[in-house]
Amino acid sequence: MQLSTVTDNLDVYLEGFVGTLKLTALGATGSLVLGTVLATMRVSPVPSLRAGATVYVEILRNCPLPVLAVLLAFGLPKLGPPIQGLSFFTWAVLAIALYHAAFVCEALRSGVNSVATGQGEAARSLGLTFGQTMSLVVLPQAFRTVVPPLGNILIALTKNSAVAATIDVTDITNQTEFVINDTVDPLAALAGAAFFYLLLTLPTGLLVGRLERRTAFSR
Amino acid sequence: MTTVTAYGDPLGPRGRRRALIASVVGGLVLLGLLAIAIGKFASAGQLDGERWDELLSTDGAQAFWRGLRATLKAAAAAVALSVTVGTVMALGRLSQRRVVRALAGTYVQLFRALPSLLLILFGFFGLPALGIDVSKYWALVIGLTLYNSAIFAEVIRAGVLSLPRGQAEAAYAVGMTRGQAQRLVVLPQAVSRMLPSLVAQGVVVLKDTSYGFVIGYEELLRTGQFAGESTASLLQAYLIVAIVYVAVCFALSQLARWLEGRQARRYGHAAVVAPGVEDLAVVQR
Repeated sequence: MQLSTVTDNLDVYLEGFVGTLKLTALGATGSLVLGTVLATMRVSPVPSLRAGATVYVEILRNCPLPVLAVLLAFGLPKLGPPIQGLSFFTWAVLAIALYHAAFVCEALRSGVNSVATGQGEAARSLGLTFGQTMSLVVLPQAFRTVVPPLGNILIALTKNSAVAATIDVTDITNQTEFVINDTVDPLAALAGAAFFYLLLTLPTGLLVGRLERRTAFSR
Repeated sequence: MTTVTAYGDPLGPRGRRRALIASVVGGLVLLGLLAIAIGKFASAGQLDGERWDELLSTDGAQAFWRGLRATLKAAAAAVALSVTVGTVMALGRLSQRRVVRALAGTYVQLFRALPSLLLILFGFFGLPALGIDVSKYWALVIGLTLYNSAIFAEVIRAGVLSLPRGQAEAAYAVGMTRGQAQRLVVLPQAVSRMLPSLVAQGVVVLKDTSYGFVIGYEELLRTGQFAGESTASLLQAYLIVAIVYVAVCFALSQLARWLEGRQARRYGHAAVVAPGVEDLAVVQR
């Protein structure tokens, strides 16, 4: 186990690091957008939309991410063009976004539900309109409760982006496999990968922990 | 159940009419999307009988069953080991000795911050480099255990901390040592309180066993890949794998939800949720 295994391959790791950052950023954005749409459907008074979003959440939440990634990247291209032309990177982002959207939806939904009904009733009895009730009373309180869970989802998403390695997309884990094969020094190669993951997950974890404590005190 | 708006008001007659119209339109849109997807499958010839026959024949079904058994075997071993190591680490983090606290804390913080795939690769490449030769099965189980024991440790620790101090104090008062009090009084109650979270995290372990296909352990996903390649119907094989996984994990998730409901009825409050440690397994209400 030698330090040079990591330092000599720094460019390889950095390429993977950038890959993981890209997957995380795009996956997080996608899951936030889709998750918000799904959450809106789940709290809406429209039965068919509620049912559709519920089915989506239950299926995606219970489908392992590697299975989803492989199904998308190797299975769906069999449907022919235009689906056939998508790159593995696109499939990796899609898998990460589709999977985590289910969790984002649930976090947002329980955030809205966590606001006591009396809050909405009080706002209505003061004569606030629906829009005012939502924007001035319900949503600000819901936002507070959802920030920590969303932060946890972001950390989990960063770690889960390693799924990209299973379909051979450049990320930290995939690059590490190259280093292992090149150097025959797996321990140092894996330690290098661990270092780069910790560089991403530990600061986010500290930030989320702080937010969690702040929201806990303010309630 | 009366339909209510997002903030708890029952809908009036006009609102109900609008909701009904929106429901019909929304339902048609969703069904339309589903129909387009099925049409795409059909026009690409992916719904043809011969693409499914071999996979769903007796031989095909037996292969999937073997894969599912291998998956369940690895998941069960990983859960058992993770709970054991996790309990030790939870007690370590609650220890009165600073060194023990620091060691257990480092273990937990380190391993829960790494992707489980990386730790499975450690089991596969790293352990042999350390002179420990393990089969693919154990490489997978050890990798999963490293990650999940850290999560279980946090869940159990939250359970212990949620108990009233009086429980341990009463145990000391009747003459128990610290070890006896932890083992006989505190831990059993903590585990029973955290049972819904433990089952929910078990679902995460089960899902993560599918990373075993990366190191060539013949679990469900790997079996599906083989079956799909040998019959030239990869899409169908992966779909079957996904359906089996979703069915098994859904059943376990429902169990966790039921346990949570029972917990709430029994203790008059919702189960204790360890903040942020339950991975993506949080049992949502």
